[in-house]
Amino acid sequence: MSKLDSKIPEGALEQKWENYKSSVALVNPANKRSLEVIVVGSGLAGSSAASSLAEMGYKVKVFCFQDSPRRAHSIAAQGGINAAKNYQNDGDSTYRLFYDTIKGGDYRSREANVYRLASVSSNIIDQCVASGVPLAREYGGMLSNRSFGGTQVQRTFYAAGQTGQQLLLGAYSGLLRQVGLGNVEMCARHEMLDVVNIDGKCRGIIARDLITGKLERHFGHAVLLCSGGYGNVFYLSTNAMGSNVTAAWKAHKRGAFFGNPCFTQIHPTCIPVSGEHQSKLTLMSESLRNDGRIWVPKKHGDTRKANEITEEERDYYLERRYPAFGNLVPRDVASRAAKERCDAGFGVGASKMAVYLDFKAAIARYGHTQAVKLGVHNPSADELKEFGKQVVEEKYGNLFAMYEQITGENPYELPMRIYPAVHYTMGGLWVDYNLMTTVPGLYALGEANFSDHGANRLGASALMQGLADGYFVIPYTIGAYLSKEISVKAISTDHEAFVAAEKNAQEIIDKLFAIKGTKSVDYFHKRLGKIMWDKCGMARSEKGLKEAIAEIRALRDEFWKDVRVPGTANDFNPELEKAGRVADFIELGELMCIDALNRTESCGGHFREESQTEEGEALRKDDEFAYVAAWENNGNHTYELHKEELKFEAIKIAQRSYK
Amino acid sequence: MSGHMNLTLKIWRQKSDKEKGKLVTYPVQNISPDMSFLEMFDVLNEQLITKGDEPIAFDHDCREGICGMCSMYINGRPHGPKRGVTTCQLHMRSFKDGDTIVVEPWRAAAFPVIKDLTVDRSAFDRVIAKGGFISVNTGNAQDANNIPIPKTDADAAFEAAACIGCGACVATCKNSSAMLFVSAKVSQLALLPQGRVEATARVKNMVAQMDEEGFGNCSNTGACEVECPKGISLENIALMNREFFVANIK
Repeated sequence: MSKLDSKIPEGALEQKWENYKSSVALVNPANKRSLEVIVVGSGLAGSSAASSLAEMGYKVKVFCFQDSPRRAHSIAAQGGINAAKNYQNDGDSTYRLFYDTIKGGDYRSREANVYRLASVSSNIIDQCVASGVPLAREYGGMLSNRSFGGTQVQRTFYAAGQTGQQLLLGAYSGLLRQVGLGNVEMCARHEMLDVVNIDGKCRGIIARDLITGKLERHFGHAVLLCSGGYGNVFYLSTNAMGSNVTAAWKAHKRGAFFGNPCFTQIHPTCIPVSGEHQSKLTLMSESLRNDGRIWVPKKHGDTRKANEITEEERDYYLERRYPAFGNLVPRDVASRAAKERCDAGFGVGASKMAVYLDFKAAIARYGHTQAVKLGVHNPSADELKEFGKQVVEEKYGNLFAMYEQITGENPYELPMRIYPAVHYTMGGLWVDYNLMTTVPGLYALGEANFSDHGANRLGASALMQGLADGYFVIPYTIGAYLSKEISVKAISTDHEAFVAAEKNAQEIIDKLFAIKGTKSVDYFHKRLGKIMWDKCGMARSEKGLKEAIAEIRALRDEFWKDVRVPGTANDFNPELEKAGRVADFIELGELMCIDALNRTESCGGHFREESQTEEGEALRKDDEFAYVAAWENNGNHTYELHKEELKFEAIKIAQRSYK
Repeated sequence: MSGHMNLTLKIWRQKSDKEKGKLVTYPVQNISPDMSFLEMFDVLNEQLITKGDEPIAFDHDCREGICGMCSMYINGRPHGPKRGVTTCQLHMRSFKDGDTIVVEPWRAAAFPVIKDLTVDRSAFDRVIAKGGFISVNTGNAQDANNIPIPKTDADAAFEAAACIGCGACVATCKNSSAMLFVSAKVSQLALLPQGRVEATARVKNMVAQMDEEGFGNCSNTGACEVECPKGISLENIALMNREFFVANIK
């Protein structure tokens, strides 16, 4: 008997969530007041969940490691948020958004969850606009949309290239309203270091006050982990410097299964690495692929400047290989195609590990339409270029400015140089339909869970999922659990389970200081990142993964013998914070490789070199691998695989084609 | 390597808000012009750790200019010499070989120093909690296109909403005024029909909290607008003053 029960409601796909909402147990207002909920993380999922639950009457505590909940890395999302509004009258529907998401995820996500996500997507836009999020509008006053990868409709809502910022600040304002009303206690500059389970249920957390260094015990009837993804296991990624897996990993070590850890998304359009000093990578939004054309020189090893290479000498390889979707193929496909060209010796720039993203055609096209709009007859070539630049600037101005800031090159004049980089992790804590992990009372929302994106996430879907989970799913599903907890009084944090968990967290800190080694935390983090990128990155093989596992184990031993953590524990000490996070990343890295080794098929972002078609496309093996790999931590770095079979009832499973 | 620089850094070191701080001089060598300012700090911290010294504490997170966490006062200017960028987006090509660079924390009574270059900006959150929102509970919203909003209003609201809450405006102001920060939120919500409903209470409550936190008054020098990495306009302050005036004669 499997330990995994996905708790998918009975009934037809379209009716499952409706039926669930109508029949799920409720908690009466008086009882809500005595039920306490802990939320870890204040991004889109955490902020929206915390404010919604507080509005409903629960007592909520929110934790974030940054100095303010407004800093959470959702803020950096650029391009947009999908919703099946069909405002553009281009044939969109809940079913199409559902279908695109399942297909985009390469048939490795759960139908019922994805359908629910698609069906609440419209409500998210309504909620955000009502709370004052200034999404882009047309002159008639209606909301504007744009296209994103992997779809053929315009369903992406946006706010210039700062959609994540605007949505997060909207959710943050709702959260701060509840803080002001006294319904939420906000604990900023706190980091969760363990979860506390009592009699098989999650009952709280251990957190460290990052300013005083003091460990604290916090009780909750339920705990929501909204702590984001683990892309920083690669050291270089588009994540914020502080983004980490510690909350999710500690939960995993306390019984929460980890789902599909090897499913990571390598985003095709990022600014390439410029040198050894590189600390992070910066994304250039996928929305740029609406207007930018990707190319490399046709000639092998061409060293000429971009402007010296004529149209005939350019290989627009995405348009060539995938005529139906062209530059708008999904991220995994675009990333692999860039790697293929660079590996074959057609890369550009000093490192030769980059391809061009070129806006020349778009600037010319927009120049003409803008001239017509402005009523300028017979515009000169310079005028046309200037008009075109103005339109491009309005759409992507902040991205172009950021590119110039980082590279010192003007992308209006020269094509951008881009290369894939780690961006998002589809894997995460395994959750059932209620978003509950395998530990009762412990939930995971947003990027921290594995649930909706399968093996590859489509653009503009992360913001959608974070807010869907927080605003529209957890407020219902948490009732199914808490309605049975109404008689449970708040448990004293003197309980032996709290004492033991705090002692455990303290021992890890003491151990880190006691090593007094010779190498910094970053030294180990960079080495881990290199192993992961080379052997568990865009292409994976049995040989490479086995080597990676051995190397990571050796690195783990070395870390615990030779890391140097300066300063003291009872102080603001960012190096100590990093050390704890990197220790967890090293363990996670091993599990990611184990998971990647187990999955001998290629699907989405997971490309096994042994499993490809003659044309080099990913080859899925549905007979063997149409399942979620949920890993149980049995201690001592041993992991046991549990499988949740994926059943496709509404969609006919097929090899993806974007040709 | 060509173009690499040797620099002298004078950096504010302070163990906590209870202890006095001082500028300490650190030489750094072989700095690439392609590094960001914070990557140069990474290099310095790596050296300090290897030598057995305590690294310099500084706030940073996204390193792409949007989270608002980085906050260094560089050569007398918040976020350094370039207009329109945060410290994390400032690159070393803005400096030259042999330069001396002085780095201090934000200085304002409402932003006490936590350690070295790290300050406490929670006062901003407390101001927002007093009114920087629209009181709409989850699940109450009507269809998003039911309220048409003129593009010019939506764009103006967006420009005000682009504030990243870094506090450069406060740091640069001789009065440590938070008017640019507070007015950006007041304006954003005042410009939108959804936000008009609570406009009166909002501006009164937010301004009251701003004063309580110990931020100074505005004397219209405009330094905040010059130093704002996101180009938040001084017009927002004018709009807030109008909102505040109207609210108080109602």
